Amino acid sequence: MSSRDAILGRVRRALADVPREESPDDVAVARDYLRTHSPADAVETLAENLADYRALVHRTDTAGLPDLIGRLLAARGSRDVVVPDGFPAEWLPQADAVRWVQDTPEATPDELDRMDSVLTGCALAIAETGTLVLDGSAGQGRRRITLMPDHHICVVRVPEQVVDSVPEALPRLVPTRPLTWISGPSATSDIELDRVEGVHGPRTLEVVLVTR
Amino acid sequence: MSGTYLGMPAFPKAATLSTRNTRMRANLTHATHTIRDKRAAAVRELPDWAQLRAAGAAVKDRTLRHLDHYLEQLEAAVTAAGGTVHWAADAREANRIVTSLVRATGETEVVKVKSMATQEIGLNAALEAAGIRAYETDLAELIVQLGDDLPSHILVPAIHRNRDEIRDIFRERMADWGRPAPEGLTEEPAVLAEAARLHLREKFLRAKVGISGANFMVADTGTLVVVESEGNGRMCLTLPETLISVVGIEKIVPTWQDLEVFLQLLPRSSTAERMNPYTSTWTGTTDGDGPRTFHLVLLDNGRTDTLADTVGRQALRCIRCSACLNVCPVYERAGGHAYGSAYPGPIGAILTPQLRGVTSELDASLPYASSLCGACYEVCPVAIDIPEVLVHLRERVVQGGETTIRGVRTRIRPAKGHAAERAAMRAARWALDHPAAMRTGQRLAARTRRFHPKRLPGPGRAWTASREMPTVPAESFRDWWQRERGGKVTR
Repeated sequence: MSSRDAILGRVRRALADVPREESPDDVAVARDYLRTHSPADAVETLAENLADYRALVHRTDTAGLPDLIGRLLAARGSRDVVVPDGFPAEWLPQADAVRWVQDTPEATPDELDRMDSVLTGCALAIAETGTLVLDGSAGQGRRRITLMPDHHICVVRVPEQVVDSVPEALPRLVPTRPLTWISGPSATSDIELDRVEGVHGPRTLEVVLVTR
Repeated sequence: MSGTYLGMPAFPKAATLSTRNTRMRANLTHATHTIRDKRAAAVRELPDWAQLRAAGAAVKDRTLRHLDHYLEQLEAAVTAAGGTVHWAADAREANRIVTSLVRATGETEVVKVKSMATQEIGLNAALEAAGIRAYETDLAELIVQLGDDLPSHILVPAIHRNRDEIRDIFRERMADWGRPAPEGLTEEPAVLAEAARLHLREKFLRAKVGISGANFMVADTGTLVVVESEGNGRMCLTLPETLISVVGIEKIVPTWQDLEVFLQLLPRSSTAERMNPYTSTWTGTTDGDGPRTFHLVLLDNGRTDTLADTVGRQALRCIRCSACLNVCPVYERAGGHAYGSAYPGPIGAILTPQLRGVTSELDASLPYASSLCGACYEVCPVAIDIPEVLVHLRERVVQGGETTIRGVRTRIRPAKGHAAERAAMRAARWALDHPAAMRTGQRLAARTRRFHPKRLPGPGRAWTASREMPTVPAESFRDWWQRERGGKVTR
């Protein structure tokens, strides 16, 4: 007998007390928790919660976006900046000091490790938890590009990309896409259960909330 | 490699030693009290916490009561998404499967995401025996591995170490494992985190095989979820060409929507955050992004035995948040190592004896590693009634009885060392059935009270080693009642 059959057989014997006619839906799950904790202003709440976990939050409109991005990169002295396919070209600043690097599946981890910054959009942002969700679609790139460089700038279109809560976020996401949920810069609580920012992921996370 | 838990002494013996380790106790008290208050604040932010907790418990119960259905559904979904599913009845089989999968890649190194399941099965030791080096990449796991130590906490395996000890371990041991610690390393947590970043970066860059567990597996979509903070998880899940995930069969949630409950319950309960810094979800493989090969090893290793116990089954709801450890007065004093398994604290005291059976001395002692204060039940985000299961398991230890071991119904004998307790209970039952004898006995005890020893002799000695003998009153309650209210009608 295969281990698969053995384990499934054990499960069925272990559940001898469950009536044969019971279906999964017969086990009641009360979903009387809140769909949203109704933040008065979702964008404001998002900004507060991002900042609370040490993300740097900036605001501008689409007209001011290229200039702001240019200033953020210049402030860090970033030279090599990864930009994924589908990131709107009109959002990129005219910056002579910056080399824009397209992300391709051939790019090795070593090459990505040498990049100074990465620039992406996102699939949505969750206000109550201060979370950005990237799903690898246009303008977001592969999961690794937002991991290796030490500086990540993420553009969120507000208010349309902002949802209140986790229960509101999940139905808008496609489970078959590889998702990365980001809440602040990389951190650890492993030393004396005290939170310290900055381990393996980007140590600086800058979020640009952009209005039309 | 880090040590194993084999041959650990029973809990009271191990705890007698560990409670004398004043540095460890100070480290633990500091860390658990820090997180306790933060967790309470994070939970207070959500007015619907009680409803979320009830829903979390109910979703897990639904899963467990129909686990065969969900396992088959998950297997089909993962396979359809390009993954390969393996089934492991026990630790040995899981280790064999993982070892042969790594061998097939031709690699002799793997990078690991922190995983309780691989800790439970002793995967690192098995890989080492096969000539494969496993690098732990979670900061706390790295501290444990470099220090040739054992994990002592579910979330923060190196919780028993303070910053000075961690600096010393990094200074002395990092060079043996790869890039040495930077010159002039201090005990600043940010500096220590930076040292770990540099030490591990080269390993991530060359890794071809990653090994992980998972916090959740979604049956209807075949999606796996890993919740983490540092980014080491993302490194292991996205850079290697091959990903092998070893996951307990109880980690399933039925639907994508169900994650809305657990992604609220877990971060606030474990690290006291609104959301942990990084959550990764993946479904099979994705062209051009992440590993090209994905293997899922579904692990039983005593879980179906636990499922067979209708009282103990609720332990399988556990989402490994470790909130119960952080509030437990016994854990705070004894430390995690005394529990002798990958799962310390209150949840370990009910999970380990069920996964392994209560047949060893250590496992039979674990249901007693509690004062039954109930703090663990109160903070549990999936409402596991840990005290209820503890009492249930104590009964099994003392009286023996029906249980399931490796899928076979077995009648176990009462554990040794509880003979005096059983004799006392038998005597008590007899006395309660014979009121006259009870009255006589109580009077006799009252009249001889001046001569009662402070410590019991013989088999009772162990009982009074850590307890005061109760003082016998001059008059029993029954006699007092007779004297005061004798013959009167009380209305």
